[in-house]
Amino acid sequence: MTTIEKTADDAVREGAGDDGTPLLEVRDLHVEFHTRDGVAKAVNGVNYSVRAGETLAVLGESGSGKSVTAQAIMGILDMPPGRIPQGQILFRGEDMLTMAGEERRKIRGRKIAMIFQDALSALNPVLSVGYQLGEMFRVHEGLSKKDAKAKAIELMDRVRIPAAKERVSDYPHQFSGGMRQRIMIAMAMALEPDLIIADEPTTALDVTVQAQVMDLLAELQREYHMGLILITHDLGVVADVADKIAVMYAGRIVETAPVHELYKRPAHPYTRGLLDSIPRLDRKGQELYAIKGLPPNLLKTPSGCAFNPRCPKAEDICRTDVPALVQVTEQDGTELPGRGSACHFWKETIHG
Amino acid sequence: MAELSPDAEATPNVSEVEVVDAATEDEAVDAIEAPVERGEPILQVRNLVKHFPLTQGILFKRQIGAVKAVDGISFDLYQGETLGIVGESGCGKSTVAKLLMTLETATAGEVFYKGQDITRLSGRALRAVRRNIQMVFQDPYTSLNPRMTVGDIIGEPFEIHPEVAPRGDRRRKVQELLDVVGLNPEYINRYPHQFSGGQRQRIGIARGLALNPEIIICDEPVSALDVSVQAQVINLMEGLQDEFNLSYIFIAHDLSIVRHISDRVGVMYLGKMAEIGSDTEIYDHPTHPYTQALLSAVPVPDPESREGRTRIILTGDVPSPANPPSGCRFRTRCWKAEDKCAEETPLLAIPERFATTDSPAAHESACHFAEEKDVVHA
Amino acid sequence: MPEPLTDTTLAPGTQASVTEVTAAKDPSKGSGPGKPRSLWGDAWFELRHRPLFWVSAVLLVLLLAIAAFPGLFTDAHPRDGDLTNHFLTKPQLSHFFQADWFGYDGQGRSIYARVIYGTRASILVGVGVTAAVTIFGGLLGMLAGYFGGWIDSIISRIVDIFFGLPFLLGSMVILNAFAERKVYVVIAALAFLGWTTIARVMRSSVITAKQADYVTAARALGAGTNRILFRHVLPNALAPTIVVATIALGAYISAEATLSYLGLGLADPTISWGIDISDAKDAIRDNPHVMLFPAGMLSLTVFAFITLGDAVRDALDPKLR
Repeated sequence: MTTIEKTADDAVREGAGDDGTPLLEVRDLHVEFHTRDGVAKAVNGVNYSVRAGETLAVLGESGSGKSVTAQAIMGILDMPPGRIPQGQILFRGEDMLTMAGEERRKIRGRKIAMIFQDALSALNPVLSVGYQLGEMFRVHEGLSKKDAKAKAIELMDRVRIPAAKERVSDYPHQFSGGMRQRIMIAMAMALEPDLIIADEPTTALDVTVQAQVMDLLAELQREYHMGLILITHDLGVVADVADKIAVMYAGRIVETAPVHELYKRPAHPYTRGLLDSIPRLDRKGQELYAIKGLPPNLLKTPSGCAFNPRCPKAEDICRTDVPALVQVTEQDGTELPGRGSACHFWKETIHG
Repeated sequence: MAELSPDAEATPNVSEVEVVDAATEDEAVDAIEAPVERGEPILQVRNLVKHFPLTQGILFKRQIGAVKAVDGISFDLYQGETLGIVGESGCGKSTVAKLLMTLETATAGEVFYKGQDITRLSGRALRAVRRNIQMVFQDPYTSLNPRMTVGDIIGEPFEIHPEVAPRGDRRRKVQELLDVVGLNPEYINRYPHQFSGGQRQRIGIARGLALNPEIIICDEPVSALDVSVQAQVINLMEGLQDEFNLSYIFIAHDLSIVRHISDRVGVMYLGKMAEIGSDTEIYDHPTHPYTQALLSAVPVPDPESREGRTRIILTGDVPSPANPPSGCRFRTRCWKAEDKCAEETPLLAIPERFATTDSPAAHESACHFAEEKDVVHA
Repeated sequence: MPEPLTDTTLAPGTQASVTEVTAAKDPSKGSGPGKPRSLWGDAWFELRHRPLFWVSAVLLVLLLAIAAFPGLFTDAHPRDGDLTNHFLTKPQLSHFFQADWFGYDGQGRSIYARVIYGTRASILVGVGVTAAVTIFGGLLGMLAGYFGGWIDSIISRIVDIFFGLPFLLGSMVILNAFAERKVYVVIAALAFLGWTTIARVMRSSVITAKQADYVTAARALGAGTNRILFRHVLPNALAPTIVVATIALGAYISAEATLSYLGLGLADPTISWGIDISDAKDAIRDNPHVMLFPAGMLSLTVFAFITLGDAVRDALDPKLR
């Protein structure tokens, strides 16, 4: 697809009530990987935007392109084999893809920070936590060693690590999983960025710790009025913190919606299938609904709608025409703000 | 060796073990092969303990402590049921799986399979037990040998236990098994890496089914799979349970999935069982504060029912199992903790205040201050 | 690369669809899966489709044939010196397979004949030392890695001690003690000092492999130590050893040459490339061909073995197919 899907873009833009340009806007982004076995199209025309103070959840399974999009935004894609054949990533209206390397580096880390899933491998095991936290200030702001350490302690306090003063010289392995994730958050927060991208930040953590970390993230976001892109496969985590959701499948956004709406009335069969297939804590059902088939193979994405081989509603048109992300309306035609669905039969899905 | 905790002898209200005293190996094998009625206990775990010694020194090792991974747990598994075991990382749930599979040697305690303590068996009797208790692993990417074809992987159980299937029959059996788990029997010559995660887990399940076992121990069988594939595998496992009359021990950290598949659920914390009961008792009428906190922390994929729920956010992390707190293990994170909790280890028993009542709160809970609290429903 | 599976009927949502799938997939219909295959069978199939494998295989077969029947490749005698030919004859590159093809050396002996007759000793040393080292070091490394505990402690300490001995200096000292340095003496000396590398590589890859879940799975099925070691651990731990062993093979042939050059390896009347390279040391300035041909053969042999090792390693990894 080469044309920007106008309607979809508009649907996304209306997502938040803030004024002016969004903090970050991804426009018709394509990413492909050239491998021995062919070209894997990981991202095929993604559009989304985040405003300050807003949380966008990007939901998808493995191979949906959710993490690749984030890596493209951060500029940490391995190129080659990765390639961005088209698209724009606008940070405060400026395209980061056409920026000079130096300029882009200034944005990365300072304005946009990222939190990874695996905190243990993201931290350097031979440097103390305090040193790694302080590094940000020494490099970016030229603080002295002593001042940087004081800043590090302050940061650790801010992410509520108990006894920060005593623990500042400890090494990453001396912290528990939850504490390490807090340190990652502290690092991301260090330069008070405008936008944080969190890639599965709680997947590796236990449930009781997960809640603590998500709460911390949400609180910091409110406090600093940051934008947050939360990338996850967990519909439960999303329900807790997101304002709006973009559901990805095979490198495309198949549905966008404000969080409440999505759970109440999904407008895409994939979203509906996902919601039906997760067991519920508060209900004991008979049999789980299962989406049939396998996650898509990016080397050989099915023609038409990528979800068609697994879709219970698929008809001939789904096998030939790629559905555009269109504005979702009520039955009487009133537009539902911020809602879009890339399904030929979205009407039947949401209203039927 | 590791010293037993003084409370490890505390036996909760579990069924009585009818110990089979097999004089000869033949008698032992016969007892193992005997059928068990549906609803009767098939596996009875009593005061099971596993301490991993912590040692220092290279050539001359000396013990400086022990990781108390499993510290005196008891439960029953009934024929045909699914017993879920939930807990956070480091609670010892995976060690329990390994102990039941006799992949680790228990420090103390017994595991009775049809009345025989499998921790003491050897030779033919142990082989017979191994045939009847199988395992499905968490990670479908590492649990299949990358250098063996699918046919070899599923056929390996027959090579190890040649009495189950005659040589000429094996290939057909392997294809049947592939079919049973919903894979194309023609995939027999493919290698594991040619399959997706969900398909690999099906291969792992087929291997577990090969010897026609009675018990399958599932250690986080779906946690490495994509959400849309998890449901397929769960449904498959439920179908197989009915078809082959299996008993499952289903170990997982995902409480929603455990509720879905389990008849009874045990909650573990730091090597001990905190609470055990039927799925309704645990999920709708939890009495142990840890269970309540755990349940309340589970994200629910429904923002509306979410907002009405109370959330208990625990402070801090799970303490190290090498140096667990005295008394009740949970007291360091518990909002109800009093002096008594540090001094006295609570027994896993039906709390006194509920013992005489009919309420679903009358199930075993190891808390001095057990109290019912519904945290799942708004 | 095999096609990724795209079977959408794989996932039964219900019991009913399981039976549907069953019905739809009667193995007697359609293309059958063929006869069962094994890792080694598949590896051989894979090897046959690699040009590099054929290059190295043809080279090695040729070298082995030369080593076994040198008489078939030349009429000239390697020890017959005719001093009239003393360095005078440069290589006659158009005189294929004739005594003067590669020219004559300082004592008027046919270099071609010497290269042909020297093959046996060089290949014997290379293959012999590699075999000894792989079997001995591989076995000890496997035992140490698999069993761990005190077995590992003892073997690892021994490996450390041997690792501390300098390879060349050590073999010089040992060989110096022998008056008559036959091929097997050189093999024994090099193997005695060389096995530690393989033992270390093997130990670490066995430790990695034995921790894999599939090993636990096999144990859970009741598999014995032999099955676990030879079916599960070894095939997954072999790749690094193959690579190290084939590279080392070249190094052993070179070590023999070095020792001969220093006058402590094989000695007349044995013929080897090493001896010839050593003899050529005084002549290379004016007559480089004296050095060129034995050294060229040495490089070719090393290349063939390393290429073969690489091809075999790749063929044994289903993921690289």
